[in-house]
Amino acid sequence: MATQVAEKIALEITHRALGLSDDQVLEMYWAMLLARRLDERMWILHRPHLVAFHISGIGHEAAQVGAAFALKRGYDYAHPYYRDMATVLTLGMTPRDLMLALFGRQGEPSSNGRQMPSHFGSRALNIVSGSSPVATQIPQAAGIAFAIKYKKTDQVVLTCFGEGSTAEGDFHEGLNWAGIHTLPVIFLCQNNQYAISVPAAKQMAVPNVADRARAYGIPGVIVDGNDVLDVYGAMRDAVARARRGQGATLIEAKTYRPVPHSSDDDDRTYRSRAEVEEWKKRDPILRMQEYLTRVNLLNAQKIVESDARAKQVVDDADEFARNAPYPPAEAALGNVWGQVKS
Amino acid sequence: MAEQSYRDAIKDALREEMRRDERVFILGEEVGVWGGTYAVTRGLYDEFGAKRVRDTPIAESVIVGAAIGAAMGGLRPVAELMTINFSLVAMDQIVNNASKMFYMFGGQFSCPVVIRTPAGWGQLAATHSQSFEAWYASLPGLIVAMPATPRDAKGLLKRALRSNNPVMFIEHARLYNVVGEVPDGDYTIPFGVSEIKRAGRDVTIVSYSRMLHVALAAANKLAQENIEATVIDLRTLRPLDLAPVIESVKQTHRALIVEEDWVTCGMGAEIAARIGKDAFDYLDAPVERLGAIEVPMPYSKPLEALALPEEKHIIARVKEMLT
Ligand SMILES: Cc1ncc(C[n+]2csc(CCOP(=O)(O)OP(=O)(O)O)c2C)c(N)n1
Ligand SMILES: [Mg+2]
Repeated sequence: MATQVAEKIALEITHRALGLSDDQVLEMYWAMLLARRLDERMWILHRPHLVAFHISGIGHEAAQVGAAFALKRGYDYAHPYYRDMATVLTLGMTPRDLMLALFGRQGEPSSNGRQMPSHFGSRALNIVSGSSPVATQIPQAAGIAFAIKYKKTDQVVLTCFGEGSTAEGDFHEGLNWAGIHTLPVIFLCQNNQYAISVPAAKQMAVPNVADRARAYGIPGVIVDGNDVLDVYGAMRDAVARARRGQGATLIEAKTYRPVPHSSDDDDRTYRSRAEVEEWKKRDPILRMQEYLTRVNLLNAQKIVESDARAKQVVDDADEFARNAPYPPAEAALGNVWGQVKS
Repeated sequence: MAEQSYRDAIKDALREEMRRDERVFILGEEVGVWGGTYAVTRGLYDEFGAKRVRDTPIAESVIVGAAIGAAMGGLRPVAELMTINFSLVAMDQIVNNASKMFYMFGGQFSCPVVIRTPAGWGQLAATHSQSFEAWYASLPGLIVAMPATPRDAKGLLKRALRSNNPVMFIEHARLYNVVGEVPDGDYTIPFGVSEIKRAGRDVTIVSYSRMLHVALAAANKLAQENIEATVIDLRTLRPLDLAPVIESVKQTHRALIVEEDWVTCGMGAEIAARIGKDAFDYLDAPVERLGAIEVPMPYSKPLEALALPEEKHIIARVKEMLT
């Protein structure tokens, strides 16, 4: 009887029902928090133009951490997009790595300062660096999945993009390819309802990006993109399907971008403050704090402590990158061509 | 004559042509409510409404493809592509379709599409900082304009909007705030007419778009050392008017082509070949070219600075040519 009650309580605790330990769910919270604080610092650094550009993942942390958490780090592949800071932090990139990229300094891990910030890349972590034209990662992710199937490993690929980018031919061509070949790839659309200034309704005539999956013979799943556990659950199932050889899934995480598109944007010109404030109430980090408090894993004091810890890590990364030297100018000349081995 | 920015001159060209011709409409990403990534179309949505200033999905192939279709259907579309880098997504529509429509249809359908798009750079890295004008200029059937000044931007764009041919109208992100004199009233500038911006006896510098300004600044510095350069602005790259260049080289006996693009297979290659043919007997030195170094554009500031041609490089190269 007692065990039955305990089990019933456990099932009400969503993360345990999903097979996540208390430590794991706290790890998720930490990744989300760290991504948020790091991102906020990047905005601050841009204000006096200490850095040239910032494009933010604020608001997307639940979608990203929930998805990345279902991957095997350094084994599975990720082909992220520019907002995926929380994704790559979860997969093992460090705040110092990301700050080096932002400042364009020596030792930046994806390209030693050649690549733009937010074009995350790490060979060691199987994080593939993308190009700036949107949606180009989608066919490539299908191609990585093709290679995985060819080599018969049980890896999977996660690729991410915004809802606006699903208007590009590359989205349709990539999903079609993955559908035809039954490939182990998860397409995660982080639907924040705007493509810069243009609302989703002007980008497509269907209400959900997930509806498009039918056209390619793959499942399309809608999740609450501000609920990390909802995203994780769908992602975990999609990963399992892919590993079993059952092919691709399109997951649409409904979310919101409470900040401007990038440091070049002023979002007051195209949406109301009331709308933004409304969505801020559904902030994924607040929701996670509420949930963790409810299941007794967090309290006011622990929240303060984890904030302080995040600030320390962010301070360290900021200082480290700010004081790092630039690469020597001649570094521009290297790496145009791979080594030719005879 | 009034002073106006390059951005406002382009906007006025659009506004005046839209008022004049009901068939002219604008389509592109962010062109409506937001007023364009570089604020070129700001205010036009308010004046002309959503029917004539259309925000599109992020889908360059259909922006250009639908513009081609609309042109064949009797309209005069202005397709804005956010940057020339993204024009690659629409390459098939531009190269295999817009530029060949008239020819392949035996002249039955003309394709009066204007594709406006900026080149440029500024810590935007390899896939955001490119210059593809030479690729587009290689195509018979496509007009390529790349104006350097507000006056030319307005006059050439108005010309483009009255043309029956497809036009690739390449702006420059770093020119939008440049101010210059713009004639009052309605005027157009013909395609294929280069302009001598400065006359000098020692060397002929050929350029266009932003590098024209850098070349002029270099020429002014050289003048302080008693080196006098002729500087010529091509304005359109196809049709390409080299008559003033050839005439000038016959006087100066030396030519330097300055571009922001990679030198290999860039505009300079074409221009040098033609100078070599048409002014062969007049040359006292090999025709020289200056452009970006041959790497994808790096992000980090000192690396980017190394990759780009600057005034000091022009000055040094001219001096080398004269010794
Ligand atoms: C091919 C291409 N066209 C246009 C752009 C410019 N651009 C960058 S981000 C963006 C909006 C993308 O919106 P969405 O896909 O919804 O992603 P979000 O930024 O909202 O996360 C646009 C139009 C680009 N990078 N690439
Ligand atoms: Mg979006």
